[in-house]
Amino acid sequence: MQKSVNKASERKAAYIFILPAVVLLAAFLIYPSLQTIRYAFTDYNIMRPDRIVFCGLNNFVELFQDADFWIAVKNTLYFTVLVVPFQTVIALALALLISSRRRGVSIFRAAYFSPQVTSMVVVAILWTVMYNSSPDSGLLNALLVNLGLEPCGFLNDPDTAMNSIIFMSAWQGAGYQMMIFLAGLQGISPEQYEAASIDGAGKIASFFYVTLPGLKNVIQYVVMITVIQAMKLFTQPYVMTKGGPQNSTRTLVYYIYEQGFQKRNFGYACAVAAIFFVIVISLSLGMKKIIKAD
Amino acid sequence: MTKKKTLGNVAFYLGNTLIALIFVSPLIWMISSSLKPEAEIFKGLNTLATFIPKAASLNNYVEVFERINMWKFIGNSLFYVLVIILLDLLVNSICGYALAKFEFKGKGLLLTLVISLMVFPAEAIMLPMYREMADLGWINSWASLIVPFVAKCFSIYMFRQFFMDIPDELLEAAAIDGCGPVRTFFKVVMPISGTVYATIFILDFVAHWNDFMWPLLVVTGEEKRTIQLAIQTFFGSKPINYGPIMASLTISAIPMLIMFIFLQKYYVEGIASTGIKG
Repeated sequence: MQKSVNKASERKAAYIFILPAVVLLAAFLIYPSLQTIRYAFTDYNIMRPDRIVFCGLNNFVELFQDADFWIAVKNTLYFTVLVVPFQTVIALALALLISSRRRGVSIFRAAYFSPQVTSMVVVAILWTVMYNSSPDSGLLNALLVNLGLEPCGFLNDPDTAMNSIIFMSAWQGAGYQMMIFLAGLQGISPEQYEAASIDGAGKIASFFYVTLPGLKNVIQYVVMITVIQAMKLFTQPYVMTKGGPQNSTRTLVYYIYEQGFQKRNFGYACAVAAIFFVIVISLSLGMKKIIKAD
Repeated sequence: MTKKKTLGNVAFYLGNTLIALIFVSPLIWMISSSLKPEAEIFKGLNTLATFIPKAASLNNYVEVFERINMWKFIGNSLFYVLVIILLDLLVNSICGYALAKFEFKGKGLLLTLVISLMVFPAEAIMLPMYREMADLGWINSWASLIVPFVAKCFSIYMFRQFFMDIPDELLEAAAIDGCGPVRTFFKVVMPISGTVYATIFILDFVAHWNDFMWPLLVVTGEEKRTIQLAIQTFFGSKPINYGPIMASLTISAIPMLIMFIFLQKYYVEGIASTGIKG
């Protein structure tokens, strides 16, 4: 690209250009990662920061016997496995609803995207109020009673708390995925739809034979990023339920936070964090492999 | 034929209006409650009247500003988010540029690292990161809110992809004119890269305005409290009046709303392009 006379100055410039980012990444990404692994093998407790003793695999052994840890794993996976398809289907439906050249589409698009404009904390607080168990104070229960149904415990009932968080999270997140789907839908050429209708395909058939295949890559990408996002669930349980009721909304990241910052068991928390990291990375790589194989 | 089209139009507008209203109803309820006196908020929850204030007033908003230092919290969030963005745009763009246009030893390694670290779950390392902040004396300082988040693999990658599309001839012309690599970047490349800078700007703003867990760890007390921490604290503080709570939620959404009004195009492009190009 540039003459060899400039090669040396190019290389020097390159190192200067990458230096700040590399230093920052090393200091605040690489270094803490190594520290997580290191602390996972110690009994580091924040209350005694100078007494860090190597304790081998103790933390991991304790971890595998810790019922709360496994509950956290189960809750996190439950949330992920449910919220991802639910939210993705809603997002796809919304995208199809407004994938049109008609006027005013942008208003509807803004409406469906609006939950994303507030923050997750706002959404969590708002829905905590809306999910109130009494039909006299809870908007959703008032609606249920109006429809002739029984009021629901929502966040106060261990059987429904996580589902309540799932429903709310899907509502908040669908707009984001919808935007990606809208872009993907634009990438499908109209000729394909014409060809399908010439072959006698109705609306439903052309959805399955033109739209879905055309969106395959986009769907895979959306699913992948949503899965990773879902695994990190923290804000909602923290703001809404503090991991309860009865452990039903305690997620992995929440558990790490609790162990590390409330119970002060830094070493143990780092062991949990290390396992969490392995799970998430395995999921990412696994999904990437599936995408590549297609 | 026209009849079918009209039917289709009616279905489109009617269907979408209905669904959009239902979809947006929680936010409508939030805003409407913020404009009502406390006693009215939970009256008639099972009627449509709950979405419309009888006599809208800004009293709750006044109460929020009287009870807590809302301006300070909004200012704190705006400050640290904008500083992150400024530094992000600087540090990661030059790194992305080097990866796009320079040849140097370790280039392949750095690129592989950047791409693989994009899916890195930061939550897994927050404990030692906290310890690092404590060791540096950065707890409760701007540094802990800002510095760890300046370098981002995603930004580096986005910049690299964008800069790769800049024709080499442009850079060679600058070199012939006597510009070194640094001047070439700042005088020639940056001015034509508005789109990618705007995209990273809005993506970063959304990401960091939403920050909750990290500020929860490194900020205590009111001095550096961010807006998200503030509304969460307010929600739990007595007296629990739902009118002001709803008002605080609405207030906190305004800065992001403003950002979206101006930068919506770049946001949409940003998240769509990652999805399409993978």
